[in-house]
Amino acid sequence: MAMIEIEKLVRRFGSFTAVDGVSFTVERGTVLGFLGPNGAGKSTTMKMITGFLAPTAGRVVVEGFDLADSPVEAKRRIGYLPEGAPAYAEMTPRAFLDFVADVRQLKGDDRRRLLDQAIARVDIGPVLEQPIDTLSKGFKRRVGLAQAILHDPDVLILDEPTDGLDPNQKHAVRTLIKEMAASKAIIISTHILEEVEAVCNRSLIIARGRVLSEGGPLPNGAGWRFGEHEAAPDRLDAVFRRITTGKTESQEKAA
Amino acid sequence: MIGGTIAVYRRELSGYFATPVAFVFIVIFLLLTGIFTFYVGGFFERGQADLKPFFMFHPWLYLLLMPAIAMRLWAEERKTGSIELLLTLPVRLWEVVLGKFLAAWSFTAIALALTFPLWLTVSYLGQPDQGVIVAGYLGSLLMAGGYLAICACLSAVTSNQVIAFVLGVIVCLMFTVSGTPIVLDLITAWAPQSLVDTIASFSFLGRFGAIVDGVVDLRDLVYFASLIAFWLFANAVAVDLRKAG
Repeated sequence: MAMIEIEKLVRRFGSFTAVDGVSFTVERGTVLGFLGPNGAGKSTTMKMITGFLAPTAGRVVVEGFDLADSPVEAKRRIGYLPEGAPAYAEMTPRAFLDFVADVRQLKGDDRRRLLDQAIARVDIGPVLEQPIDTLSKGFKRRVGLAQAILHDPDVLILDEPTDGLDPNQKHAVRTLIKEMAASKAIIISTHILEEVEAVCNRSLIIARGRVLSEGGPLPNGAGWRFGEHEAAPDRLDAVFRRITTGKTESQEKAA
Repeated sequence: MIGGTIAVYRRELSGYFATPVAFVFIVIFLLLTGIFTFYVGGFFERGQADLKPFFMFHPWLYLLLMPAIAMRLWAEERKTGSIELLLTLPVRLWEVVLGKFLAAWSFTAIALALTFPLWLTVSYLGQPDQGVIVAGYLGSLLMAGGYLAICACLSAVTSNQVIAFVLGVIVCLMFTVSGTPIVLDLITAWAPQSLVDTIASFSFLGRFGAIVDGVVDLRDLVYFASLIAFWLFANAVAVDLRKAG
């Protein structure tokens, strides 16, 4: 059974169609990268998968639970890092994680173990007692990640998890994602191409609310293939431009 | 499935005390009730052992103070984006709405409870009708719940706390004075009597005044309870509709 099934998802805001018929499934062990320009509909799609926004049309099923019929059951199985890692600024990471553990009804030894595990995984031990609004951007992001992985969910949805982090922090977050990859179904969104190569084993290029192309790594680290386009390692950008702008190589050169 | 409500309630209530705002608010509340009771209400000059001069200004105090308590409930979540986190946790929307409202209401109850020295004073000075005082406190708390439910709902329609506050004051004012000549004079000339009566019946002043006089009418209690329920329902609808924005 697929962990995440998305069927013909559509979301309109007034006359604007942000997501226009997106369908895909994600299995356990997959790290799926949403790749796309800003405003492509990546975040809107994630907001529908996590149950924040109701879709205009289409269906989201998480581990067999239809989000429209059993939202609470589906949400129990999801960990979500919203864009910008929002949190309650006046709380300390400890109080914030306790709150999330309360809402998720974690109790007893299990609760302690999960809290310790999440705190250790994102390495926020030193700042646990400082108000979140006094933390650096990197720590704030890690607090958001801790919240997302707290209940050790099978499904992780991370919206731009490394945006605004320094290279070391990016590396740490990517390592964490790779560590968790085998046991979970993970979707990350990004507009950083190297991130897809670094952590994903599958990727969708999304623009104007549609899935334009699906790709995956070639064997033996020989780069990535999107449809008929192949990209050498570290050369995803040309393929990305061609797919999202619809221009061929010769047209690009002429311009 | 009340766990979500309890978690949200605890977070919100401790949120009030996370900053000095809670203490500033309580001090202001106690100062104002004192000033109104002794200087404006003429507590001593009346020579009566009751708390009427204390309670009679509560609607006017709440008119400004309840919007201040409730304005942050949803507007802040919207502004910081934490609403997205909150509503993707495995809770139902009504649990969150209820938890937030109850936290604000409890905070008000704490502030109200801290006026107990007045009760002790009046009991020391004379033999007041304790039943009337208890009714006054309960009526005041119930009315505060009404104001808070209105303001919590209005906080959900904007991400700007100042707008939430101003909207709250305006709508609360309408509910406060709807039974007085301020409103009734405007409509009696042209509206049918049934409409006039309906609007007059919304008045917080009239209903609370009766409770303070010791007349606890079940209809008044039902009125405040259903007012709270209605505005909490509207609150949930407002959050749901405005998520996209």
